[in-house]
Amino acid sequence: MEAQGQEGEIVSQFWIFDLILLVFLVTTAVIALRVRDLLSAAMIFGVYSFLICLLWTGMGAVDVAFTEAAVGAGVSAVFLISTVLRTSRKSSD
Amino acid sequence: MELLEAIVDGMNYWIFIILMMIGLYAMITKNNLVKKLIGMSIFQTAILLFYISLGVKEGATIPILPHYYAHTSQEEQGNLVGSSDQAHAGKEASSATEGGKEKPSVAHAGSPKIDPNRFTNPLPHVLMLTAIVVGVSTLGVALSITQKLYTEFGTIEENEILDQLKSGDD
Repeated sequence: MEAQGQEGEIVSQFWIFDLILLVFLVTTAVIALRVRDLLSAAMIFGVYSFLICLLWTGMGAVDVAFTEAAVGAGVSAVFLISTVLRTSRKSSD
Repeated sequence: MELLEAIVDGMNYWIFIILMMIGLYAMITKNNLVKKLIGMSIFQTAILLFYISLGVKEGATIPILPHYYAHTSQEEQGNLVGSSDQAHAGKEASSATEGGKEKPSVAHAGSPKIDPNRFTNPLPHVLMLTAIVVGVSTLGVALSITQKLYTEFGTIEENEILDQLKSGDD
């Protein structure tokens, strides 16, 4: 049971990394919704997806993390950017 | 200090609620359709965050079983099982190399070597993989509808579309 104690130490240090990621997560979510240029909103949403992917890697969900990296940060961002390029780039709010 | 610890322990859940409310707010109040969809995606990822947080354990690692675990537990299973034919099957599986493929799932169940508390719970992960894929397909369909609306009305602002619809009725 010594190994468990050691890992407990690692986990208790991990919360700082966790906190930093969560703060950035909320910040990017708010910025993505507040910015008026839709192309930058799409890019910042990609950053948001990548941050949440890092968070899930830290939580031990690697399968979810790489799916999110491929699908969330990759495909979703491409969908959003292509829609913005085909429609208008400006947003009223 | 206790308050701080309580906040740090449930940090993921606080952020989950905050992100979910940010997403809901965006879905309700934003006028731009793309902004609404970004809000919807944030709402979805917040729920994913909640479910993944449920599977986390203190001092646990990634839910992947190393190869040597499967190997040792198989031999032990062959020794432990009382009935002769199953013991025979276990021995055969350990001797034959290709027989090891189907055995492990049975062999792990009774093994004392594997402590489930050392691995994160993989069930929420599997459920959330499905949810991610459903979320991105929802986003794709909604964005294609947005493009259709743009070709129809020439705008992606909700209030302008509603105005055009209203003036068309009269």
